[in-house]
Amino acid sequence: MSQEMERVEFTQEMKKDYTILVPNMLPVHFGFLIKVFEEYGYRLQILQNGGQAVVDAGLKYVHNDTCYPALLVIGQFMDALHSGAYDLHKTALLITQTGGGCRASNYIHLLRKALKKAGLEYIPVISLNLSGLEKNSGFQLTLPLLRKALAVLAYGDLLVLLHNQTRPYEVQPGSSQKLMDRWIDGLTRQMSVGKGLSLKEVKANLNAISDDYAALEVIPRPITKVGVVGEIYVKYSPLGNNNLEAFLHEQDCEVMVPGVIGFMLFKVDNRLEDIKLYGGSRAKYAVIDVLMQYLTRIETAVIDAAKRHSRVVAPSAYRHVKEMVEPVIGYGCKMGEGWLLTAEMIELVESGYQNIVCAQPFGCLPNHIVGKGMIRRIKNLYPKANIVPIDYDPGATRVNQENRIKLMLAVARESLPAEKTPETLANV
Amino acid sequence: MKIGLDVGSTTLKCVVLDQDEKIVYQEYERHFSRITEKAAGMLRRIEKAFPQTHQMQIAVSGSAGMGLAENLGLPFVQEVYATRVAVNRLLPGTDVVIELGGEDAKILFLQGGLEVRMNGSCAGGTGAFIDQMATLLNITPDAMNELAKDYEKIYTIASRCGVFAKSDIQPLLNQGARKNDVSASIFAAVVNQTIAGLAQGRVIEGKVVYLGGPLTFLSELRAAFDRILGLTGVCPENSLYYVAMGAAMTPGSQEFDLEQAAEKITSYTAKENYKSCEPLFRSQAEYDAFCARHAADMVPQVDDTGAREVYIGIDAGSTTVKAVVIDQDENIICSRYLPNSGNPVPLIRDFLTDFYRDCPDAKVLASASTGYGEEIVKNAFGVDFGLVETIAHYTAAEKFRPDVDFIIDIGGQDIKCFKIRNHVIDNIFLNEACSSGCGSFLQTFAGALGDSIADFAQKGIFADRPVDLGSRCTVFMNSSVKQAQKDGAAVENISAGLSISVVKNALYKVIRAASADDLGEHIVVQGGTFLNDAVLRAFEQEIGRDVVRPNISGLMGAYGAALFAKKHAKAQSSLLNAEQLKEFTHKVQAVTCRGCSNNCRLTINTFNDGRRFIGGNRCEKPLANYTESERYSLYDYKRELLESYRPQEGFRGKIAIPMGLNMFELLPFWHTFFTRLGFEVVTSPASNRKLYLKGQATIPSDTVCFPAKLMHGHIQSLLDEGVDTIFYPCLSYNLDEGMGDNHYNCPVVAYYPEVIGANVAQMQKVRYIDDYVGLHRRKDFPVFMHKILCKYFVDISQKDVKAAADAAYGEYETYMAKIRKKGEEYLALAKEKNLPVIVLAGRPYHLDPEVNHGIDTLICDLGAVVVSEDSVSHLADPFPTKVLNQWTYHSRLYAAAKLVGDWQDPRINLVQLVSFGCGVDAITTDEVRRILEEKNRIYTQIKIDEITNLGAVKIRLRSLFAALGLGKEAAQ
Repeated sequence: MSQEMERVEFTQEMKKDYTILVPNMLPVHFGFLIKVFEEYGYRLQILQNGGQAVVDAGLKYVHNDTCYPALLVIGQFMDALHSGAYDLHKTALLITQTGGGCRASNYIHLLRKALKKAGLEYIPVISLNLSGLEKNSGFQLTLPLLRKALAVLAYGDLLVLLHNQTRPYEVQPGSSQKLMDRWIDGLTRQMSVGKGLSLKEVKANLNAISDDYAALEVIPRPITKVGVVGEIYVKYSPLGNNNLEAFLHEQDCEVMVPGVIGFMLFKVDNRLEDIKLYGGSRAKYAVIDVLMQYLTRIETAVIDAAKRHSRVVAPSAYRHVKEMVEPVIGYGCKMGEGWLLTAEMIELVESGYQNIVCAQPFGCLPNHIVGKGMIRRIKNLYPKANIVPIDYDPGATRVNQENRIKLMLAVARESLPAEKTPETLANV
Repeated sequence: MKIGLDVGSTTLKCVVLDQDEKIVYQEYERHFSRITEKAAGMLRRIEKAFPQTHQMQIAVSGSAGMGLAENLGLPFVQEVYATRVAVNRLLPGTDVVIELGGEDAKILFLQGGLEVRMNGSCAGGTGAFIDQMATLLNITPDAMNELAKDYEKIYTIASRCGVFAKSDIQPLLNQGARKNDVSASIFAAVVNQTIAGLAQGRVIEGKVVYLGGPLTFLSELRAAFDRILGLTGVCPENSLYYVAMGAAMTPGSQEFDLEQAAEKITSYTAKENYKSCEPLFRSQAEYDAFCARHAADMVPQVDDTGAREVYIGIDAGSTTVKAVVIDQDENIICSRYLPNSGNPVPLIRDFLTDFYRDCPDAKVLASASTGYGEEIVKNAFGVDFGLVETIAHYTAAEKFRPDVDFIIDIGGQDIKCFKIRNHVIDNIFLNEACSSGCGSFLQTFAGALGDSIADFAQKGIFADRPVDLGSRCTVFMNSSVKQAQKDGAAVENISAGLSISVVKNALYKVIRAASADDLGEHIVVQGGTFLNDAVLRAFEQEIGRDVVRPNISGLMGAYGAALFAKKHAKAQSSLLNAEQLKEFTHKVQAVTCRGCSNNCRLTINTFNDGRRFIGGNRCEKPLANYTESERYSLYDYKRELLESYRPQEGFRGKIAIPMGLNMFELLPFWHTFFTRLGFEVVTSPASNRKLYLKGQATIPSDTVCFPAKLMHGHIQSLLDEGVDTIFYPCLSYNLDEGMGDNHYNCPVVAYYPEVIGANVAQMQKVRYIDDYVGLHRRKDFPVFMHKILCKYFVDISQKDVKAAADAAYGEYETYMAKIRKKGEEYLALAKEKNLPVIVLAGRPYHLDPEVNHGIDTLICDLGAVVVSEDSVSHLADPFPTKVLNQWTYHSRLYAAAKLVGDWQDPRINLVQLVSFGCGVDAITTDEVRRILEEKNRIYTQIKIDEITNLGAVKIRLRSLFAALGLGKEAAQ
């Protein structure tokens, strides 16, 4: 059993004046989450430090063969703690713990080991999990908090989706970004006064966001559409994927990154699948199913909002995505991103994003299976799928990664309509 | 006219095409990283060749061309894409293109759904790899090609990475294998790497085209491809220029004025926007003080050839051979430091001949040999003692600092570090699978820039902004350097950066120290690499402490051996004397041992007086003095038990089980289950190299662990045998032994059946049962299993399944109980006979001799009893760990470590087997180490991969036994 006795608990007392540091994975989403937690009296701060210093701190404090996300997340914490910007006796750390069979469930323990190595073991580390893995008297995920936290993820998913689909076509350069910033600002303000958090308010906001984006002036043109899937941290975090999205934008691509609500649904659904595959209590099934339904309502709100305007390629519903992957891989494959990663690749191909970057930490175990392991089958079913797996780790260089992506893009551009300009081809 | 410029990692190629796309000009040269200078030169020469044309279209391609193109605003064409354009144009109907370059390897499948594959983060199987191997053989790649024409046999060389291959090749050379065979084996390794790494399940067939430097220049490499692929590929005219031609052929390149373009390239000094570290020295004065301080640590060299009593120490290392003669005062009379071009025997013979000639009156009292070539040198020349190199180094370091508590030795391809506690080697760190940043890397790099290692390193002394290359794998380092060059780093700063990264690798990858205090207070550094002041300085800077570097830093192993010889000298030395040496001859012959199913490739060295020395053996069976002694190994016992589950004829026909991964534990369960149901349960044959190669083309991810890759071979064998039903279920959960927080399998073990189904095309032709099964829910299992079986078979009743399940669970428990009982029995026996015990802790599938390479046998040969983790883990009570203890197999590791710690019996030690690429083990190794070290026990880890040579493993284990004063050697 993992160690309970030596753990520094985050107490009620600490809740009053501690700052809780949060690693940066989903810049937009996490901004909203912080607001929700603030409403419940927590002071959270997303870390913004990056660069080689973070990687070095990771290399110094974490086993170098550990996956890259662990190295970066812990590196970011350690770098921040050593920066002198925080009162170390008034600081706590927050880290997610998924509790699956992938080694990611061990990040928190690796973080504690790192703290000990640095002589900072008195800093409390809070596990954010839905599995009841570790408990802290001063940090409790109450049901209302949880509901709101899940609801605000919808904002992030929709904003990122619309921004990605608008930006390459905008007439006014920067107008899409500006609109996104305005909404982030507006939503943050709403949340500061306790608004915009109920499902009803969320729906209204989502629709308004969708309408605002539809009102932006765009000129459609044929450009390469690229989907991004992968291990959740390197898929989303610019620190983890060497600013993949920005690079693809520079290469004049439209980028589609499947949202995080699908991942939440997947993680909850896994518990139902376990019971279906191996047996288990009906009562437990019923309880989980309620959560599943709530999440589905949030997902539907995002999809409905996106669908208000025909220009937008709305994300497919989780249920549909799950059906699509059925002939390719079993639902029991649940560790890490599990079958969802494979499913997202298929969904992307089907919705016109057949050029795909599959981002993974070097040596990521689930990715051997659901990423690289399934590409053959996907290509058999969808010969036009153009997938490039890219490894990320402290040793992989940007040059190599970008070279590979450029190859994928060169193949992608062959299938673009002919009216492309010579320049775009030359930049292949 | 159009110019295509291909800037590769090591060479620059350009073509000029006319309107009809015919080549009117072409050029090829190595650029030695002076890309801009060479490229500008090429353009100027083109301008001269075509004085009437001033404007030409230019397109740049190549892996190192991106930066150049970006910064000059020239169009860039991705190189694989360029190849495809050229091949489609010039060789229509081509099915597959295989292109090897300096650091890249690519396969293009052109027909039936285009697929392009490039080597990932690994440079195995590329030109750089071949160059590296040629350096190791001390010949040119062309000479290697000539030698390979006359090969007799192919040795197995791990092909994944130059690092692994080296550790296979070096011992072959040291054992005296023929260079012809080694050369051919290297080419075969390249082919296997290309297929395993890049084919990823697609069959290479039809019209195959070979492109790129290595395939153009090396006929034997092409022959190896032809042989292994079973076809005849074509290497077309201009095979070096396809990328350049493709770039020129790609539409859309712009017109440029040649003179202007050349001008632009020349004046393009990159922006120097790379990350840098602190300079090594800020001033000449600082450097002088540093030199003066280190000059104090020296052994006197005496220039006296007179009559005296002497001792000889020989260190036959991996890339160098060192020999030292000392007198009674432990001063050095003469020494030699030579690059080892493969076979140390002639080098030592020359050394001894010279010594006897120069000092005819000296009397040798004793001699000792150490290093990789210890055994052959000892046998060849009648050396008195052999000692493991760790002991040799410590003996020497102690001479300089009696209170030394930490030694770090960076040699050609090894980093060795040991902690000393109470004058005993307490903890050993060796770089096993990774030679990142060792001396040979610096050397290869210096060579690429046309420099000697010493000159190259010296260039970094006063570098103002050393490139920060971090700590990483050698292979990655190449691309980091490439990036730094792209960013405009000067050679001085790259040199200093490499020296710093050598140090960082040692500290953070091999030792994994968080601070200098983790090392020790009195540090002695040694090994040839530390002779470079830049490396030494970087080390002191990084740990923030002054260290001792003896003046004989590169000779410490040999000096230590000489000191050892002096200490243990008997009346008479058995070393060949001057007369005997004159008669000395040495012949080498390669044979395959038929002693057991391992079929080791042996090299038999025969000396003039008929003495023989056999190398390459995994066990002692082929040796003349071998006697079958009692071996106590739980690994043998488990294998015997598993073999007893034989097929029994059944009315339902055959069901086949691939013997890999978790089947090594679950065979008793499934065998009983299906036999009860009326199936004849057949298993795939025992693993061997051939079986692995059979399946390698279907491996989709080449960085997955070796046991998983081996699974492809097992599946393929079953398919070849013509079975029609294969059972290999997915298992997220393992059985719960109550030792941890959860009872998962690792993701690879859990879901590998999915990978097999998706990547082995033939699986569609058989009945493949790969459903998700919940063995952990015993009560529910029969119901769910019945449902699964109904999908494939018609008349199996739930009642039958229930009965079969009960029997299966029963059999599994019986099997585990037998293992546990045997474990306890062996522990008792060891106690009774006073034998050392090694708890060889891994996973059930480490039982496979093809996976563990006979390490269990090796330990037995050293005189210890071997027990497995699962034979003792039941003895531990559940206890708190500092990691999430959620995998069944790994819980056993923690439990075994806990027991070894608690027992406090110096004769019982734990050795952990770790599969290379096992992500889970990044967590378990640290935890097992912590559990052991908390109780002051030594932690030993052995990383295993495809590597078949046991040299490094043997050093490790001998060092462990030597440190503990246990085993046969200590008894002698």
